[in-house]
Amino acid sequence: MRGKSMAENKTILVIGETEKGRTASITRELFGGARALADQTGGDVQLLLFGEAAAALAPEGIALGADKVYVASHAAYNEFSSDAYTALVSDVCSKITPALCLLGQTDLGRDVAPRVAARLGASLSMDCIEVNFDAENGRFLQTRPAFGGKALAVMASSKGRLQINTVRAKSMPSAVPQDGRKGETITLAEAPDASVIKVKLIEAKKLETEGVKLEDAKVIVAGGGGLGGPAGFDMIKQLADLLGGVVGATRVPVDENWVPLSMEIGQTGKIVSPELYIAIGISGAAQHITGCINSKKIVTINRDPDANMFKISDLGLVADYKTVVPLLIEKLKAMNP
Amino acid sequence: MDKGGKMEIIVCIKPILDPELPPAKFAVDGKKNQVIPPEGMPFVMSPYDTLAVEAALRLKEAKGGKVTVLTLGTKFTEDVMRKAIAMGADEGFILSDPAFEGSDGFATAHILTQAVKKIGTFDLILCGRQAADWDAGIVGSVMAEYLGIPVVIRAKSIDVQDGKLKVERVVANGSEVFEVPIPALVTMSSEMGQARIPAGRGIIIAAKKQFPKWGAADVGAEASKTGSASVRNSLVKLFIPSYQRTCEIVNGKDPAEAAAMLVEKILAIKP
Repeated sequence: MRGKSMAENKTILVIGETEKGRTASITRELFGGARALADQTGGDVQLLLFGEAAAALAPEGIALGADKVYVASHAAYNEFSSDAYTALVSDVCSKITPALCLLGQTDLGRDVAPRVAARLGASLSMDCIEVNFDAENGRFLQTRPAFGGKALAVMASSKGRLQINTVRAKSMPSAVPQDGRKGETITLAEAPDASVIKVKLIEAKKLETEGVKLEDAKVIVAGGGGLGGPAGFDMIKQLADLLGGVVGATRVPVDENWVPLSMEIGQTGKIVSPELYIAIGISGAAQHITGCINSKKIVTINRDPDANMFKISDLGLVADYKTVVPLLIEKLKAMNP
Repeated sequence: MDKGGKMEIIVCIKPILDPELPPAKFAVDGKKNQVIPPEGMPFVMSPYDTLAVEAALRLKEAKGGKVTVLTLGTKFTEDVMRKAIAMGADEGFILSDPAFEGSDGFATAHILTQAVKKIGTFDLILCGRQAADWDAGIVGSVMAEYLGIPVVIRAKSIDVQDGKLKVERVVANGSEVFEVPIPALVTMSSEMGQARIPAGRGIIIAAKKQFPKWGAADVGAEASKTGSASVRNSLVKLFIPSYQRTCEIVNGKDPAEAAAMLVEKILAIKP
């Protein structure tokens, strides 16, 4: 940390993630943000990847915008370990002294970013939806939701201190891979120091998601507390199927155990950005809106004409869903027999 | 932990503006970059912190032991303490000092860490996964680093087996179970279920309870690591975003016509 002056180093380090053996969408998005920032700061972009399979993804990282890729290739990094990853990210940051380190607001980022910041005395903003460079003052500005999405806060980094930011999914445009980009790949072959691993994973219970994930869906039909119970979700599932969409939910149906947590959209659930979002029986709490506001078109069905959800919608119908959803289903079936 | 498995548990709780406050009542002072709390409305214990208290009480009920609560701040600290005691916690300390004002997550973690050191022995520290005001979710992890103890974030259950913790936590595609040596720090998430509502006897005990106040000198908090001067990322702007769109309301002469019109419009925008 102390060797090189941090103020002079303009490197942006992206902490990469993989998803079923491929570069994760959040990592592509981080590159979209990192490249734009690097073009303003005049720095380079470096990437850290974890696991044996990561070497195969290094060329893609370069095509996406990395000038240098570090591959922690030991098998001990194949699965996420907070202790091992925290130690490695801290080491790499200490060695290359980046100005900015970007992670996703993911299981990895939420876990590792605060721990690395504590170890290195770095600045930290979590769950950013924007990261900008303030050239005049030579600092990074982060915009992040607070108060359950009711407010946005703009934070400014302090000069000369490593800045660590986690970035919310779908908030930066994905980088487009460019053939012929040149970059260097450096393999970090060492195993993590066994003494740093204090927490041991003894069981991973994987929830198999059926069909399309909410985050990737083009059409989402979401239900809120206004559905009154699990039966309402059976009804909107039919509507979603007819529209080729996926069913989501707000916090109330999840808290009431009508639907599993994996269906929650909002501040503490999934962040989605479909082409079409149909909100049924959803009042429009800030913490829900923050999870769906990037949808291209929003349609609301609610019997309360004053529901906040209408204010952020493009199309609305004031009606009881129990009356109108069966009619929508009937109409769609009639059109596609 | 003693041989019988009794646990010394410390829970960190934060008083915050009620997160259920409807958006219409949520206001920001754009000059001061501060939220304006509605007049006469008391702060509440951050909901994730009530889960941390609940998790501590469940362990105490199963294994025996003691639950100590820490909170930091100037406003409504006694209120949230009384709630924790009414739920069943044994004692509480309030960290309060003008030098703490304006502290960020790192400073908060430093002050709480010092308080934990003053308490001395503990098996487990519990926090909420994030405070439901600033939603950062960093204090627990940073405290664990400052104390040099293992940490698991966003847990849904904690069990004690053979002198070790078995912690299950929520991840994007399911959950993971960890074996964690003691002492450790765990942050709790909503998946653990509901926190108990304080009842009769607890409320009476809580009403009479006194909470010692500790300042910077009492816990040995370092001046350079606390308060607004230590803030690493400064707040330059706080504002209420406008997500307003122009909503076209579909009107039909009856529900069937309205539904038919809506279907037509939906199909026109459907990808």
